[in-house]
Amino acid sequence: MHAAIVPFPGTNAEEEMIAALRFVCGAKITRVAHTERELPIDVDFVALPGGFSYGDYLRAGAIAKTAPILEAVRTFANRGGLVLGVCNGFQILVEASLLPGALLRNDHGRFDCRDIFVRTEHRGPFSPEARVLRLPIAHGEGRFHADDETMKRLEGEGRIAFRYADAAGETSRNANPNGSREAIAGLYGGPKKNILGLMPHPERMTEPHHGGTDGALLFRAALDSLKAP
Amino acid sequence: MVAAESRLDVDDVLLSRLKITRAEYARIVDLLGRAPNLVELGAFSAMWSEHCSYKSSRLHLERLPSEGKSVLQGPGENAGAIDIGDGFAVVFKIESHNHPSFIEPKQGAATGLGGILRDIFAMGARPVATLDSLRFGSEKHPRTRALLHGVVRGIGGYGNAFGVPNVGGEVQFDARYDGNILVNAFACGVIESDRLVFGRASGVGNAILTLGAKTGRDGIHGATMASDSFGKGKSAARGAIQVGDPFRGKMLMEACLELRSLGLALGIQDMGAAGLTSSSVEMGARSKTGIDIDLDLVPRRAKAMSPLELLLSESQERMLLVVRPELVEKVVAVATKWELDCATVGRVTDTTRWVIRATQGYDPLSPSPIARDAQIVCDLPLRALTEDAPRYERPMRVPSPSSTIAPRTAPPPLAVLCERAFRLLRQPNVGSKAWVYRQYDQIVRGGTVQRPGCSAGVIRVPCERDGVAFEKFLAFSVDGNGRFVDLDAHAGSAMAVAEATRNLVVAGARPIGLTDGLNFGSPENPETMFALSQCIDGIAEACGALAIPVVSGNVSLYNETDGRPILPTPIVAAVGLVDDIANVTTPSWKNEGDIIVLLGAGAWDGLRGSEYEALFSTGAQELPVIDLTAERALQDFVRAEIKRGSLVSANDVADGGLLTTLLEGSLLRDEHASPFGAAVELPNEDLEAFLFGESSSRIVVSVAPAQFDHLLARARSGDVLLRVLGHVTTDDTVRLTHEKASATISVALARSAHANAFAELG
Repeated sequence: MHAAIVPFPGTNAEEEMIAALRFVCGAKITRVAHTERELPIDVDFVALPGGFSYGDYLRAGAIAKTAPILEAVRTFANRGGLVLGVCNGFQILVEASLLPGALLRNDHGRFDCRDIFVRTEHRGPFSPEARVLRLPIAHGEGRFHADDETMKRLEGEGRIAFRYADAAGETSRNANPNGSREAIAGLYGGPKKNILGLMPHPERMTEPHHGGTDGALLFRAALDSLKAP
Repeated sequence: MVAAESRLDVDDVLLSRLKITRAEYARIVDLLGRAPNLVELGAFSAMWSEHCSYKSSRLHLERLPSEGKSVLQGPGENAGAIDIGDGFAVVFKIESHNHPSFIEPKQGAATGLGGILRDIFAMGARPVATLDSLRFGSEKHPRTRALLHGVVRGIGGYGNAFGVPNVGGEVQFDARYDGNILVNAFACGVIESDRLVFGRASGVGNAILTLGAKTGRDGIHGATMASDSFGKGKSAARGAIQVGDPFRGKMLMEACLELRSLGLALGIQDMGAAGLTSSSVEMGARSKTGIDIDLDLVPRRAKAMSPLELLLSESQERMLLVVRPELVEKVVAVATKWELDCATVGRVTDTTRWVIRATQGYDPLSPSPIARDAQIVCDLPLRALTEDAPRYERPMRVPSPSSTIAPRTAPPPLAVLCERAFRLLRQPNVGSKAWVYRQYDQIVRGGTVQRPGCSAGVIRVPCERDGVAFEKFLAFSVDGNGRFVDLDAHAGSAMAVAEATRNLVVAGARPIGLTDGLNFGSPENPETMFALSQCIDGIAEACGALAIPVVSGNVSLYNETDGRPILPTPIVAAVGLVDDIANVTTPSWKNEGDIIVLLGAGAWDGLRGSEYEALFSTGAQELPVIDLTAERALQDFVRAEIKRGSLVSANDVADGGLLTTLLEGSLLRDEHASPFGAAVELPNEDLEAFLFGESSSRIVVSVAPAQFDHLLARARSGDVLLRVLGHVTTDDTVRLTHEKASATISVALARSAHANAFAELG
C-alpha cells in the first residue's frame, strides 16, 4: 500500500494516522502538502486526518475544501481510489461535497473525547468482519445531519457504514454521543463506496497501549480490499 | 537618596496606576541618575511588577533545590529541562493565568495554555503533553458554574485545536476561591538534549525579529494587572485580556521547530507577559549584550499605536528571535511558509542598554503615514530593569491559631459511614472529573498510554537519533491541596511534592523533576508572606528527601478579593520516566482473590482539611504532618516492587481517603469489563480517620496470593508498614467488616455517584 497523507494547516492528527498505516498495513507513506495539485502517481490510499484545519473558525472543513490538493483527491476518489477522512477529514469531505449532509455541533454543545462503540452497517471496502468496534471520539462538531430525501438515499444505496451503538451493538439515544441523525458515525461515498468519512478515530485504537486494537480491523479491511482481485 | 527625593515631581495618580510605589520611583531615579520619561516608566512598571520581577518571592525561591546531575536547565529560562537519556530531554513548566481567567474565563484559560505551550517550543521542544490544575469557589457560589464552563472550554478550545494531549489534572472547589479562581497550566515537550534553544540575544550585530501574529492593543498592562488584587472600586480591567488563536499558535510552533532544526535562530523568546518589553529585556540581560529596537518596524494590526502600547501589548502567538544577519532571509522564508508575519525590528548591541526608538506619530496603517524619523524614546540600562529590580524581604507573621473548634464528635456506626462514602463520591472534589477531561483531547498524536482519571498520565514518545528509532515513556501528575497548606504551610507544601511524586510511582514511573506554581494572596500581608516562605521550605525539604529537583516554576501573588486571600495553594507538577511500558500500573483490581494491601501509614489522622471534614465536621484537631523518611521508603519500595512485577494494581490514598481509594479499585475499571468488588476487614481503631482521613504516605496495592509472603518480607526489610485489608472479589460490592458489624456498598451505585459528581455543575 502506498498511502498519501494530506495534512492541511491546522491538521493535528496526522502522526497517529501515519503510525496506524505503517503499523497495521505496512504502508509506504507520502505526505502531500495542501498546496500541491497532484497526488503521487502510484498512490492507492488517501487519508485526510483529523484536526482543526485553518482553526475551524468559520465552519469545520470549510476553508480546507478550497485547497488545490482537494481537486486531485476528488479525481482520485471519482476513479474509485480509497479515501479515508477521519473527524476533521470527514468534515472536509462533506464540505467538498464528496459526501452528503453536514456535521453540526454536538447536541450537548461540548467537545467530547472518550471511547464509544460503533456497529458496522452496510458493507464496503473499509468494513471489518466484526459487528461492533470500540473506537475513540474526539470532536465538538460531529452531529451528522441530512434531509429526509438524502437519508432515504443513503439507506437505499447502502452507504451507512457505521452507526453509534452500545457494547452489545444496540443503537439507543444513550449510545449516540452527539445526536447524529440515525446514529450515523460513518458514511460511504464514491462510485464503489471507496470513500469513507468517519467521526471516530480508528487510527487511535490500533496498538495495545491505546486500550484496544479494534481500529486496526478497519485498516486491515481496506488493505485486504486493495489486494482483492 | 536625598538628591533623588528632590526630583520626585511625578504625580501619585500615575504612579498608583502603574503600581509603582514612591520608594520604587525613587529607586528608579537613583538608578538612572535622572527622572524616567513616561515610556520608560511604563517599562519599569511592567518589569518591576511582581509578575515579571518576583520581587517578593525571589529571596525565598533561592532556597529551592534546582540542581541535579540530569538537570540541563534550571529556573530562569522559558522552561526547565532534564536529560532523559539516549540523547533526549524533557522541557517543562507550570504557569498560572488566574487573574485573566477570573475576568474572562474562556480567553483567560485559553491564553494561559497558549502561553505555557509557547514557553516549551521557544526552547525548541515539541510539546507532547499538557495538564491543568484548577480551583473554583464553592459549587453553590453563583459564578462558579459559569467560571468552570468558561475555563474548561478555554483550555479545551486551545489545546484541542493546537493538538497536544491533555493527560491529567486536578480541580478543587472551595469557598475560599469564590473571589479568585486559579488556573494553572502545565506543558511538557521533548527535544534532542544538545539542541535546546535559549532565550538569549547573543552576538553583537545580530538581527532581532518578531515572528507570529501582528501586534494589537490587547493585553496592555497584563503583567501589572496580574500583580494586583481584585476588589470593590477596581475596574474589571477587561482591556488587559488577550485573545488566543490556537491555529496561529500551532503555525508558530511549527515555524519555531523548523527554525531550530535548520539552525536558523540563535535565540527564541516567548512574547508573553509585558510582550516586547520583557522578551527583549530578558534576552539582552541573559546574554549581557544590549538591545536596540525600532518600533516603527513592528507589524501591527491596530491603528495609531503609541510606543508604550507597542512595548506592552500582550497580543498572543508572537515570538522574538535573534538571527544572524545573513540568515534573516531564510527565516522570513520559513515564516512565509507558515503564513506568519516576520519583521526585523532591531539588533543586538554591546551597550548593555535597552534602547527603543520610534517616530512620534508614525502609523504604517494610516492612509498617508508621515515620514519615518525614529528618535530614542527609551534608553535604560538592562540591569536597572532586571537585576536591579527591588527584592523585598517582606515582613512575616506567624498566623494566630484559628478559633477553638467544637470537640470531636462521636463517630457514627459503620452503616452511616458507608452512606457518607456515597456523599463523598458525589462531590466534584472526590468523584469522577470526566466531565472536565472529556472536553479535552486526551489522545491526539496517538501516544497516550494512561489517560486522565488515574494517578498519573502516561505517554509514549517516539524518538529517533542517528537513524535509531526508540520509544520513551513519560508520566505526569499535578497535585496540591490548599486546605492542608492553610493549616500548616510547611507540611502541606511538602505533602504536595510527596503526592505528585507518589502518583508517578504508583503508575510505574521514576520521578525525575518537578515544576511548582505558587498561588498566594498579597505578599504585603505578613501572614500570607509567612505561608509563602514556609511553603517554599516545605517544598525544598520534600525535594531534598525525595532527591528531585525543581527546574522551573511560577509565582502568582495578590490572589485575593477585598482583602480576603485564597487558600495558599502551591501546585506541584511532577514528571517521571517509565523504563518499560510493562511497568505501567493502574489503580483497578484485576484478579479475583488478589490480596488488598495498605502500604505505609499516615503521620496524623488526616481528618482536618479533608473533604470528609468539610462535609461532616467531626471537630478533628490534629494538624497535617508528613514523615518524609517514611514517604521516601514507601516510594522506593513500591517502585522496586512494580519493577519486579509483584504488584497487580497500585493507587495513592488521597482525596476522599482510604475508602474512596478502595472503591476506585472497582470504579476505575473499564465500565464495560466484568465488575470486581472487595471484601475488607477494618481494624479496631478510629474508623472515620481510617476510612476518610487524607494523611500522606499511603498506597493501596493488590497482589497475587502467591506473591504475598515475599512482599511482606521485603516490606519488613524496607521499613515499610504493610497491612492486609482484604481481597478482591467478583461480587459487584465492596463489603466492609468491623468487629461484629458489616456493611455492603454496591459498586453499581457507587459508580453512578462517582460518575455524576459534576451533574449539578455540568
